[in-house]
Amino acid sequence: MHIMEGYLPVAHAAGWWVVSLPFMAAGVRSLKRIIMDHPSARALLGTSSAFVFVLSALKLPSVTGSSSHPTGTGLGAILFGPSVMAVLGSIVLLFQALLLAHGGLTTLGANAFSMAIVGPWVAFGLFHGLRRCRVSFSFSAFLATTLGNLATYVCTSAQLALAFPDAASGFAGSFVKFLAVFAITQIPIALAEGIITVILLNTLRSYNPEELRGLDVLPKGGLST
Amino acid sequence: MRTALLILALVVMVCLPLVLHRSNTGPDSFGGTDDKATAVVARLDPDYKPWMHSLWSPPSSEIATLLFSLQAAIGAGVIGYYLGYLKGRGRKG
Repeated sequence: MHIMEGYLPVAHAAGWWVVSLPFMAAGVRSLKRIIMDHPSARALLGTSSAFVFVLSALKLPSVTGSSSHPTGTGLGAILFGPSVMAVLGSIVLLFQALLLAHGGLTTLGANAFSMAIVGPWVAFGLFHGLRRCRVSFSFSAFLATTLGNLATYVCTSAQLALAFPDAASGFAGSFVKFLAVFAITQIPIALAEGIITVILLNTLRSYNPEELRGLDVLPKGGLST
Repeated sequence: MRTALLILALVVMVCLPLVLHRSNTGPDSFGGTDDKATAVVARLDPDYKPWMHSLWSPPSSEIATLLFSLQAAIGAGVIGYYLGYLKGRGRKG
């Protein structure tokens, strides 16, 4: 999902920065509020950032014969809400842009929008929606993080298609071409992210249920299923 | 038990593509999607020239691997520390 440095026209690169900056600013505020309200959750916050660090570094092989990577932003979105992930995800993207020539500074606005904003919001919305429909904790978390990861890559495809519409078939034709690169490759990798996230969340649930209740991830006083 | 099954599913899912594409050993085999997207851009708009280049690039793929491993290791270290802390705390009561 990393759009390489310089691979978005100036207007698009600047436009995505303008779109992403307010989310990052809201994220900083949300981060401060979480640290104030739940001082004990700081270690969990660090763990959520670390999870993005690990997963976005792992390029996994896929059935299409390409490789791609999970993003890890679903975990933090479920635990702390989607806002903070705009900050945590962007930090990882900045690290990769500066030290790994992976992604770029001009495209950071666009990449942050797909990985640190769209993915987390989809994961967060789905998780709480499914929980409200009485779907089990593990399955909700699995589906939410899997589809959140896929949403990031669909978003990247749309961003590239907007910047490079097909001469004949326009945005739609170009969107399909970019989806062909990203989407099918991403399905098993998104499933892998869902599985890893569930394993970690289940571990947190058995060792630290009170923290998850405090963050409204588990129902207060209820059964933790 | 359930965790063990999930880990098994994960290992199978990561290994399956390697088995399916075992005859595919060309230079493009298991290339990254990010680079493939760059190739699609070049096809859609052959005249497009990136207007900015990375300030610094790892001098070789070995060095890039080193930095990616470092990224994963730091993250895994933090997660392991926290889970170990939770487990130890649970045991003390």
